[in-house]
Amino acid sequence: MEALDLARWQFGVTTIYHFLFVPLTIGLSFIVAVLQTLWFRTGKHEYLQATQFFGKLFLINFAMGVVTGIVQEFQFGMNWSEYSRFVGDVFGAPLAMEALLAFFLESTFIGLWIFGWHRLPRAAHLACIWLVAIGTNLSAYFILAANAWMRRPVGYEVDPETGRAQLTDIWAVLSNDQAWSTYLHTVSAAFITAGLFVVAVSAYKLWRNTHHGDTGTVGTTPPARDFALFRGTLKVGLAFTLIAGALVVFSGDHQAKLAAEYEPMKLAAAEAHWDTEEGADFSTFAVGDTEARYNPIDVTVPNVLSFLATGHFEGEVHGMNDLQEAYEEYYGPGDYTPNVFVVYWSFRLMIGLGLFGVGIAALGLYLTRGKERLPRNRWFYFAGMAALPAALAANIFGWVLTEMGRQPWTVHGQLLTANSVSPGVSLGTVAMSLGVFTAVYGLLFVVEVGLLAKYIKAGPSHLVPDLENDEHEAAIPHFSY
Amino acid sequence: MDLAVIWFIAISVLWIGYFILEGFDFGVGTLLPFMGGRDSVDRRVTINSIGPVWDANEVWLLTAVGATFAAFPAWYASLLSGFYVPVFVILIALILRGVAFEYRGKRDGSAWRAWWDRAIFFGSAAPAFLWGVAFANIVRGVAMDADQIVTAGLLDLLNPYALLGGLTTLSLFTLHGAVFLTLKTDGPVRVRARTAALWAACVAVPAAAGFLAWTQFAHGEAWTLPVAAVAAVALVGGVVAVLLRHERLSFTLTAVTVLTAFTALFGSLFPNVLPSTTDPAFSLTVANASSAEYTLTVMSWVAVFFLPLVLAYQGWSYWVFRQRVTGATVTGTPAGPGTEHEPAA
Repeated sequence: MEALDLARWQFGVTTIYHFLFVPLTIGLSFIVAVLQTLWFRTGKHEYLQATQFFGKLFLINFAMGVVTGIVQEFQFGMNWSEYSRFVGDVFGAPLAMEALLAFFLESTFIGLWIFGWHRLPRAAHLACIWLVAIGTNLSAYFILAANAWMRRPVGYEVDPETGRAQLTDIWAVLSNDQAWSTYLHTVSAAFITAGLFVVAVSAYKLWRNTHHGDTGTVGTTPPARDFALFRGTLKVGLAFTLIAGALVVFSGDHQAKLAAEYEPMKLAAAEAHWDTEEGADFSTFAVGDTEARYNPIDVTVPNVLSFLATGHFEGEVHGMNDLQEAYEEYYGPGDYTPNVFVVYWSFRLMIGLGLFGVGIAALGLYLTRGKERLPRNRWFYFAGMAALPAALAANIFGWVLTEMGRQPWTVHGQLLTANSVSPGVSLGTVAMSLGVFTAVYGLLFVVEVGLLAKYIKAGPSHLVPDLENDEHEAAIPHFSY
Repeated sequence: MDLAVIWFIAISVLWIGYFILEGFDFGVGTLLPFMGGRDSVDRRVTINSIGPVWDANEVWLLTAVGATFAAFPAWYASLLSGFYVPVFVILIALILRGVAFEYRGKRDGSAWRAWWDRAIFFGSAAPAFLWGVAFANIVRGVAMDADQIVTAGLLDLLNPYALLGGLTTLSLFTLHGAVFLTLKTDGPVRVRARTAALWAACVAVPAAAGFLAWTQFAHGEAWTLPVAAVAAVALVGGVVAVLLRHERLSFTLTAVTVLTAFTALFGSLFPNVLPSTTDPAFSLTVANASSAEYTLTVMSWVAVFFLPLVLAYQGWSYWVFRQRVTGATVTGTPAGPGTEHEPAA
């Protein structure tokens, strides 16, 4: 065991954990903004309730996204100092822009939104949540542009004297096709996740209502009210998920083609595709032998991999054996094949779990078509609740695929992971911080889930008492600490 | 003046902005246990006084660090890997603190609140102390080899000069936060904050005077002497203003103290960014740690266009929340006899 291994584990653990909250923040900020806009336009009490209810859940999640994000900005320097030295010129620029253009926007206007319910004019208050939503999306763009640069380095040259990468064209970095394609894919996945979060919460409330007669409130609200409210939010969530689902498929297809072009080894590993061939088959279930480098068992669909990678059924797809040989010739001896087992299965789990979530959304929209219709079967509500963890897991597997598939490089073709780690940081130090981060993150996860559960159970009427004939002003509670 | 120097100044400004702004919310967090009983409205008043702004204050840190990564990659790399343990403790502190602000009021119960109050206290006091330790070490220099890898151990970082630096920032931020509370709150919190300010001053004045003198004597330039002197005068003036109940003036003066004290520190550091005590030839300087011209140019344009915008809307948010926070604003009920001390809902 070396410090390198633990530094990689630390990056994996902290990044995956951070990315449990980020997609929800990206998507929910928009959904809450849409709900508040509906309230602003129609003045309907239910929309205010929905805004406040999902707003509260959004804030519980937002806090975790913010605090775990700080770690991300620091750990490049802490654990990966040689990487930082090499790429700082290029990678640091989008990171600094993220802070200046996005974080300030998000953090200032979230404060104004939380504490501004009574102080700001309604239109200005509505603008605050929209600015938060724009901020989270800008932030996602800059960080994904930085990440995309590692997978397809553009707009730079390596200074022969210092051996460091130097930025030569910022537009090339920001308009990198890997960047916008990854952005589209990641943000649509985030919208699926947030959509399914709303679906899961609504499904839970409707199921409790339908099968337990539980009003979930302090007693001021007749069940019918919450019933209508959550039927509405269920449909909003389903619609968000389905639209985002179409985008995720489109951008995912584009991602595969970009991988074939810029990261052929990743695509080959994701398919357990060993030998270069034309008219390559898509693997649905393979058992591979990574020592002998072939698949004893492989169930395939003819020509589909070629189509995914190149757009032609007869297109050529490079295999890992040939790529390994070519890389050794070009970069010198070494193992240039990523962990095939992890990459192959994370690819399948990402697609499978993602499609399961989108499928539930399509089915849900069919079951709730028309004016008053609700699904009669309990199993639909359970499936709606199960779709949320499925979506969260699909996001995680997507990143495992992206990052593990990039190995052994941190910057494709330029810098090996083994040469990126901090030389002056000991194994014990990394082990200590990894242990404490894991423990603190684990503890906070339990706390967060507990709080979400509490507020979901309590329901919207707990936040915004349903006072008939009352002025809305009086019904808007304070958001404060 | 070349771009690398301009970016050294820009990063100094970001750090100083961070310490002026987050300095007071660190101070408020450190004082939380002394501002009222565990379940009191007073504690909520204390927290809500910084509620709308602490998150945006913290972004000054993220921007300072992000800008360092972009403008001085070698500084970013050596510093964060070389100061691993203190930086790690600061991160844990900021995590617990941020979550605590948001989660403290989300559930009832004395024990629940007590745990989050501890997190706010630790999360505020630890970084307030450790940033002082870190910056004192940056100015003093650390053992660093020819590859710019810091070889100093954790215990080397806890030298007397750095510990005095930590005590200075902790007490100074506590004073700054106490003064902020006298300006932003009313009722019992305002009264207690004033007493707390005077207690904090008893530590802050001698600590800051000693630390500034030591810095000037060991590392200072000719021009940093008057700057350090202004810091000392502003600090004493700030304390006098507390005594005279000029709250706005006292807050301005503690802000000026933070501004000038850190200006003196960054001035003493220049043109180094991290001196090596192993061999001065191994030191990281503005010249050898910076990015290439193109990156600095791009960053300059981004900063020129967007920093004024950021300052404008952040300033606006302070203006929106300019009123004093009271028990009534926290509970949503009109102020009346006795309401200040009712348990929080």
